[in-house]
Amino acid sequence: MLAYTIKRLGLSVVITILAITLLFLIIHMIPGDPVSTMLGPKASPELRAALEEKMGLNQPLPVQIGLFFVNMLRGDLGVDVFTNRPVSQIVFGQLPYTLALIGTAIGWSAPLGIALGCVSAVRRDSFIDRLTGILSVSVIAVPAFVVSLYSLLFFAVQLKWFPAIGAGKSGDLPDQIWHLVLPAFAIGLSWVGYIARLVRASMLEILGENHIRTARAFGLPENWITFRYALRLAILPTITVIGVGMGFLLSAAVFTEIVFSRPGLGKLVIDSITTRNYPVVMGSVLFSTLIFVASTTISDLINALADPRIRNST
Amino acid sequence: MMAAPVLDIQNLSVRYTTERGNLQALRGVNLTIPEKSIVGIVGESGCGKSTLISTIIQLLANNAKITSGDILFKGESLLDKSEKQLRGLRGTEMSMVFQDPMQTHNPVLTIGRQMIDIQYRDPLSKADKRQRAAEMLTLVGIPDANQRLDQFPHEFSGGMRQRIAIAMALMAQPSLLIADEPTTALDATLEVQIIKRLRELQAEIGCSILFISHHLGVIAELCDSVIVMYAGEAIEQGSVRDVFHTPAHPYTRALLQCDPGNIKEKTRNLPTIPGEIPDLVNLSPGCIFQSRCAQTIPQCAVAHPEFHTSKTGHVAACHLLQPEVQAQ
Ligand SMILES: Nc1ncnc2c1ncn2[C@@H]1O[C@H](COP(=O)(O)OP(=O)(O)O)[C@@H](O)[C@H]1O
Ligand SMILES: [Mg+2]
Repeated sequence: MLAYTIKRLGLSVVITILAITLLFLIIHMIPGDPVSTMLGPKASPELRAALEEKMGLNQPLPVQIGLFFVNMLRGDLGVDVFTNRPVSQIVFGQLPYTLALIGTAIGWSAPLGIALGCVSAVRRDSFIDRLTGILSVSVIAVPAFVVSLYSLLFFAVQLKWFPAIGAGKSGDLPDQIWHLVLPAFAIGLSWVGYIARLVRASMLEILGENHIRTARAFGLPENWITFRYALRLAILPTITVIGVGMGFLLSAAVFTEIVFSRPGLGKLVIDSITTRNYPVVMGSVLFSTLIFVASTTISDLINALADPRIRNST
Repeated sequence: MMAAPVLDIQNLSVRYTTERGNLQALRGVNLTIPEKSIVGIVGESGCGKSTLISTIIQLLANNAKITSGDILFKGESLLDKSEKQLRGLRGTEMSMVFQDPMQTHNPVLTIGRQMIDIQYRDPLSKADKRQRAAEMLTLVGIPDANQRLDQFPHEFSGGMRQRIAIAMALMAQPSLLIADEPTTALDATLEVQIIKRLRELQAEIGCSILFISHHLGVIAELCDSVIVMYAGEAIEQGSVRDVFHTPAHPYTRALLQCDPGNIKEKTRNLPTIPGEIPDLVNLSPGCIFQSRCAQTIPQCAVAHPEFHTSKTGHVAACHLLQPEVQAQ
């Protein structure tokens, strides 16, 4: 396991470096430059040069990228163009909201999806299987921002069961949880259906495998066969999908944070892009990338932990 | 009065529903396994051996259906038993060694865990169960058994996995052990050793064994009686001596001629019986073996042959064995 972990973490580092370099290049290709944004079109050439010097924009691109990495490792992601606050501080301020949102969304949808998929596979073609099938396919098709809008209109505006906007008073945990319900519901809903389908398919595949027949031939209790012998294996593809699905979760969070006017990385990205606040764009996209790389790494490590064939493959 | 046989299969037919139609995998199979005896089944692949044993343990594929017959285990019909009653028999009264050792164990649980799990009914401590598992592995010739219990299936060779499967089946101390080609992944020397060990343990436990193999030498070595299957039918059965020394069915004779043990000169290509197994979806009337038989008579194309007894306990289904044909 140690060899696998080291190899996998090494890969993650390489991916992160490549992704950040790419991100840097992409931001540089966006038309419009930060200096004019900050100083306005009528700024004197001297002033412009001074600011370019300060932001390192007069250096050759490879040097800029190198400097960016050096600064990043020191925890310095530059400063907000307008407020001069450190970008890292701004991003760290928003990060918990997004992590809480995504965590809650996957935290309710994954267990429910797994349970439904499991029941559907074990009671194949039963009423509950068919019902789950129909509901799954319907919710998979609906994008998170549509669910966000409708649940906002219905549960918050119409029924007034839940608050409509914001993330709740800081320091007031029950209030914050209360504000989390609808957005987490909106993001998680399609995942319930998706995971249920996925788990059902892999459970059916595993339940048809020869080793399950062996377990049955020894008269093992059916719940051992379902959970210890089958689900343990059937869940692995789902963990991979959730790991990779972090990208979709993040993009769903962008829309949902906007619809519910919640603070968070998504809202930060959109706000900073519209104001051409490049250091903040860079910082928030950087953190989204790190979240994505971390989640795929974790899901791979879980897979390796659960499946000896993977961890011994090195 | 004689005790009821351990297993008594009467007129068993099983079909699979397939896209092409109903595949008649077993047709009218009769088979009896007396107490403490070892019965062998031989036949080319596709003749229904695995289907037969899946039917016995009542773990058939979803698309399979028993269309006629009965299976009596110690005198009681298995077809009448509830799923719970069947589960009570599996792993205690009956145990199995399945074909394909590479997929017979759970890939994410250690061998030790799987061997301890199957003892779940025994009122032993976990350490005792583990001890028993290690002893069993040692008996089938796996060295360092105690350490190897902590390994996963993929860390064992095919031959070792096959022996682990045999160890697990024996650990149940069943009345009937069913083994589906359990020595295919073993080299000749190991095979002989395992066969010897199986015989010893069978005598010790006092169980019966239903042993499936395409290796006639192994059947001759191990079994008391043998059943020859062809395309879903049991076409000849009798004691190993009778069937192998005086085969009555043309198919059995052909099978014996193709056996590596009977071939004097060394060749790379083993002889095979010319022709192919008939299509089990579209069965033609008459004898099932007619298309490949060298000795057909007109009757073979129209009538399904009856069983004819050539000696007490030795029967074969062939028109040539009718007294009036024999007389000619
Ligand atoms: N699940 C299944 N669905 C359809 N046909 C099957 C299935 N299992 C086996 N068969 C067919 O039944 C026949 C007997 O197969 P099997 O019992 O595996 O034979 P053997 O073990 O002697 O090789 C073959 O023609 C095979 O293709
Ligand atoms: Mg077979």
